[in-house]
Amino acid sequence: MIQTDILIIGAGPTGLFTVFEAGLLKLKCHLIDALPQPGGQLAELYPKKPIYDIPGYPEVLAGDLVTNLMEQIKQFQPGFTLGETAETIDKLEDGSFIVTTNKGTQHHAKAIAIAGGLGTFEPRKPLLKDVEFYEKEDRGIEYFVKDPELFRNKKIVISGGGDSALDWSIFLSDVASEVTLVHRRNEFRGALDSVEKVQELKNEGKIKLITPAEVVGFKGSERIESVDIEINGARMNIETDYFIPLFGLTPKLGAIANWGLEIEKNAIKVNNALDYQTNIEGIYAIGDVNTYPGKLKLILCGFHEATLMCQSVYNRLNPGKKYVLKYTTVSGVDGFDGTRKEAEKAVVKSIE
Amino acid sequence: MAQDIIIKITDRNGVQHEVQAPTDMNMNLMEVIRAFELAEEGTIGVCGGMAMCASCQCYVLNESEVPLPEKSPDEEAMLWEAYHVKENSRLGCQIHINQEIEGLEVQIAPEQ
Repeated sequence: MIQTDILIIGAGPTGLFTVFEAGLLKLKCHLIDALPQPGGQLAELYPKKPIYDIPGYPEVLAGDLVTNLMEQIKQFQPGFTLGETAETIDKLEDGSFIVTTNKGTQHHAKAIAIAGGLGTFEPRKPLLKDVEFYEKEDRGIEYFVKDPELFRNKKIVISGGGDSALDWSIFLSDVASEVTLVHRRNEFRGALDSVEKVQELKNEGKIKLITPAEVVGFKGSERIESVDIEINGARMNIETDYFIPLFGLTPKLGAIANWGLEIEKNAIKVNNALDYQTNIEGIYAIGDVNTYPGKLKLILCGFHEATLMCQSVYNRLNPGKKYVLKYTTVSGVDGFDGTRKEAEKAVVKSIE
Repeated sequence: MAQDIIIKITDRNGVQHEVQAPTDMNMNLMEVIRAFELAEEGTIGVCGGMAMCASCQCYVLNESEVPLPEKSPDEEAMLWEAYHVKENSRLGCQIHINQEIEGLEVQIAPEQ
């Protein structure tokens, strides 16, 4: 079982920054996220878009902000459980918690910080018959490319017209034996270099492009053996080992909604006068996932909420201990990995 | 002073609301729907108005009467991939509230 002080549910900007503030208080953090990489919406939805309201950054790309946060917290050695969603929570007699994911990974923590943003990003699934059957147990439908090796020397059909469909088609054209990209339109929406690369691979015969077309059905008794594709009103059938629909993601609050937390308008109610704690002691909610009078869903507000929450956790775990606020400029930052960051010492030396 | 305009919005339960939308607050239709709480929070405007989800998809009911701006490539591309798309689908976040669209009638599309 994974042991930690604060278990953070959601590895978006608020969750990541929590690691830093907790680290200053010598509290260890572990993060769970449904997506295969940290960064939440910033990494998944708009990594190449600019943000203008991060204090101190006139402009920063969402993806760069995530990279910076990861760099800022690395000395506090956060643990990650990625590609899994928090499913159940049990409060133990000593006030600590056990959170179990959908894959059965167990986490034992002294406090819980829900930094879940809009919720778990679930893949938008094609509205087709038999999807439920083939998406289970390696029967051929995959919504994420978690391990490219799964597709080594296999035939794959990718569906979608955005960045992820383009990028994975490019990447997997080197791994899979055959890549077919199906899209409803002739036009794709993505970074220019991705579109051009797919064009190039198509010309070289490394990617088979079928447009304007749509996957409309599946064949195969145990697992997918082929997909039916409709193109200009006509049907065709192509053999494949995997079908990867990449139609984007949609957020759902998910299992957290059943944890007995007070929920209002799809957000978790917290005490904003004090510490962003929920109605269950020891469970906090910070960032876009919470609500209180005057709430603003801004990254910078999430950072503030994370900071105050860490203080509350510290006080809870160290009753009676007086905490003195220290400035990082004055006291430096001592990492759990033994590193130390500190301001360069001034010298006292006469100038002659 | 800038005038409010009247917009008729049919919610996901089929109830029509007549709302007064301000034209001087740099708002879009998605934000108006949220401000008047005509769709459950969390089910609309998910991407914040970047035309990157289709949670604010609306059907425009009186297209011939109200001149709407052309779809941007981003809006068009999103609508190719969204569900429940019809000929008269638009993304609410891409429709700016101004005097020109006085009298617009829309219906909020089902949840994605």
